[in-house]
Amino acid sequence: MREHIVSPKIYYTIFIALTVLTVVTWSVAKLDLGKMNAVVAMTIAVIKATLVVLYFMHVRYSSRLTWVFVGAGFFWLAIMVALTLSDYMTRGWLTIAQ
Amino acid sequence: MAESHITTHAGLAHHFDDIEQQREAGTLGMWAFLVTEVMFFGGLFLAYILYRSKYPVEFAVASNSLNVTMGFINTLVLICSSLTMALAVYCSQIGKRRPLIVFLLLTMALGTTFLVIKGVEYHEKFVEHHIPVRFPTYEFKWEGHATEGVPVHGESSASVDSGRIEMFFFIYFAMTGVHALHMIIGLGILTTLVLMARRGRFTPEYHSPVELSGLYWHFVDIVWIFLFPLLYLVGAHLH
Amino acid sequence: METVAEITPPRTHYLNATYGVKSWLLTTDHKRIALLYLASVTFFFFLGGLFAAGIRIELLTPQGDFVQAETYNRMFTMHGVVMIFLFLIPAIPAVLGNFLVPLMIGARDLAFPRINLLSWYIYTVGALFAVLAILFGGVDTGWTFYTPYSSTYSNGNVILTGLGVFVVGFSSILTGLNFIVTIHTMRAPGLTWFRLPLFIWAHYATSLIMILGTPVIAVTILLLALERLAHVGIFDPALGGDPVLFQHLFWFYSHPAVYIMVLPAMGVISELIANMSRKRIFGYKFVAFASLAIAAFGFLVWGHHMFVSTQSVYAGMVFSFLSYAVAIPSAVKVFNWTATLYKGSISYDTPMLYAFGFIGFFIIGGMTGLFLAALGVDVHVHDTYFVVAHFHYIMVGGTIMGYLGGLHYWWPKITGRLYSEAWARFAALVIFVGFNLTFFPQFLLGYMGMPRRYYAYPPEFQVLNVMSSAGASILGVGYLIPVIYLIWSMRYGPHAPANPWGAAGLEWRTSSPPPTLNFEQVPVVTWEAYEFGDPSENAESRMENRG
Repeated sequence: MREHIVSPKIYYTIFIALTVLTVVTWSVAKLDLGKMNAVVAMTIAVIKATLVVLYFMHVRYSSRLTWVFVGAGFFWLAIMVALTLSDYMTRGWLTIAQ
Repeated sequence: MAESHITTHAGLAHHFDDIEQQREAGTLGMWAFLVTEVMFFGGLFLAYILYRSKYPVEFAVASNSLNVTMGFINTLVLICSSLTMALAVYCSQIGKRRPLIVFLLLTMALGTTFLVIKGVEYHEKFVEHHIPVRFPTYEFKWEGHATEGVPVHGESSASVDSGRIEMFFFIYFAMTGVHALHMIIGLGILTTLVLMARRGRFTPEYHSPVELSGLYWHFVDIVWIFLFPLLYLVGAHLH
Repeated sequence: METVAEITPPRTHYLNATYGVKSWLLTTDHKRIALLYLASVTFFFFLGGLFAAGIRIELLTPQGDFVQAETYNRMFTMHGVVMIFLFLIPAIPAVLGNFLVPLMIGARDLAFPRINLLSWYIYTVGALFAVLAILFGGVDTGWTFYTPYSSTYSNGNVILTGLGVFVVGFSSILTGLNFIVTIHTMRAPGLTWFRLPLFIWAHYATSLIMILGTPVIAVTILLLALERLAHVGIFDPALGGDPVLFQHLFWFYSHPAVYIMVLPAMGVISELIANMSRKRIFGYKFVAFASLAIAAFGFLVWGHHMFVSTQSVYAGMVFSFLSYAVAIPSAVKVFNWTATLYKGSISYDTPMLYAFGFIGFFIIGGMTGLFLAALGVDVHVHDTYFVVAHFHYIMVGGTIMGYLGGLHYWWPKITGRLYSEAWARFAALVIFVGFNLTFFPQFLLGYMGMPRRYYAYPPEFQVLNVMSSAGASILGVGYLIPVIYLIWSMRYGPHAPANPWGAAGLEWRTSSPPPTLNFEQVPVVTWEAYEFGDPSENAESRMENRG
């Protein structure tokens, strides 16, 4: 597979998007949105990370195998977090008679 | 792949058939390595998630005591360095040696800036006794903070537990410390690249080292993209 | 095919291509690195064995008379640390895998030969830390390093040992990474995924666990060391931390690590069963995918080590259920191996004896694993000798049998020499008897309630403990015999033909020992895996080859 050369124009666009999102995430964090603060912050972070992975790291133009590897990394992380939290989240379910 | 096809490229190792196979192997290897990095940082993120959900008030208050401006500037510095790194890769792809070296040096300068700012922050924390250690000569101390008592998402934070505050700082230093270590390793790699580029080792056919180092550098940037909101912005809404 | 009379070893091969210590310590040849690993893991196997001997001597009598309780704690800890991190995890992948992966896929070397050498050096450095820890008095936390004991109270060399485990982990990551890339990018022309030997599939699955799991133990040990150094509590409940988080992180790696140990052995067994019964393996794709399934499911079950921690019972149920699910691909393998034997032209040479041993032990170890996966039963036998017996049936009965079987099977390829078949069969028999005598009584002891990790026990357990210790001494002798005749064969053994077993597989299509670049010319594969012709015809040619 021949290598795909990404044009600098795309890099500059992504750079501007990342900068804007950084400003947005800081501005939003100053508002008290309750639980939504964390959700917004993480959504923006995921978008930024995705932009970096797809364009700066060329995954958008890479083989399917690269996609699988990137996906596997995050999927396994999700397994670790989800199953561990399945313990902590369900501990309160069982009420023991005093 | 045929045996008769002999590529006489300087960068081709003896055990590969051609430069294409070598490039493919290198890219895949780097991605596999980054997967291990994801899992490595993942353990720290798991600890973070757990303790933040256990001690939301203390995490917000402790986070508010960090220097958000410096964190913000550092985020921008890293994003800039990712851009210069991406442009360095571009220059290596089209075979422009001089701009390649310039962009690599720029990336290094930005990386160093990040570390210097980080160092200033660490020093601030050191002076405030916010480094979570218990040595006879130096101990973690929490002497209250302006935001204590301000309700965090409706929960009053009148009394914060200094042990839980310390937990935040432990996680803060573990995460940013491991991240900074990766930056330092990255600077070492970039130095090697500059030296190789100066000797004219890279061509449009052979520039895998630049490309792979770029992947690593962007990955370190991504880690920070998550660290910034998770560590600095948790308590930003407390006034 | 060649006959015995014609065998002349190749004039230059990887062993004599270059000479001198430097040519070995700076080699990037995967075959030489495999031999470096062979020497290292053999050393640590016997070091770990010494600690086991100490444990079994202490347990001969109910009283604590041979060593003090403190010393005993250090002995079983060092036994576990050395055996698991320095022997079982690297044994098959780093020795047999390193040697065979490029040969089996028709490549000249692994994708990253220098990283391969680096991984051996990292292993050596890590092992050195562990040895230093032993010399400074060892560590007494158990190989699991449970907090807060390890982080706050233990006065052993926790950090030094942890550093050793941390460093060795990176060697394991690099090996896994190398295998994955090699298998993806360097297969010979025509060698499609479903033509690969099952050994390769097993190593691919193992490598996935290595790169996905090992970093987590690294970061866990890092946190543990930071906690111990700085006296802050991420895991210490007295300081606001959570010790169960340590267990989650630890077992997220350490349970899959069991599959790092046993999956490569399964790969070896698949090779042995198919080649020694001269049949294509029954249900090739099932066996191949079972390896991947075990690797994937292996990551979903770690909570079954934590049924009696404060883990939520609901999480316990999920983990219990998922643990049962791992039995499915494991059983698929066992069924397919036995089905392969059916109407095969089976030879009973030494490697096959180990393969039979493996299947039997793996069934016992696996089935008792199901007992332990059951939430209620585990509460009863948790931390008893039942658990000890169970995992030794998997690790010693599984991994070491697979390792020895593989070592015997590929020894002619590795060294170019044949060992004494009679002695080898005798050793296999001694190991079989010694192993069962050592570990079967431990099932009974555990069932009767003898807890693990104690240096003294009630007198009624003595008979079974003496049986176990007697078995251990037989087992020890059994492991020493191969060392003698294998080393002897390197000098005095008859030269081996290229394909002494009449086996299928690319590694047998090059000379024994292979040339430095493995093949005179790049092989082009036009046949399926384990393609054998008429069994009767092959049996005759094998007779000729073995003389």
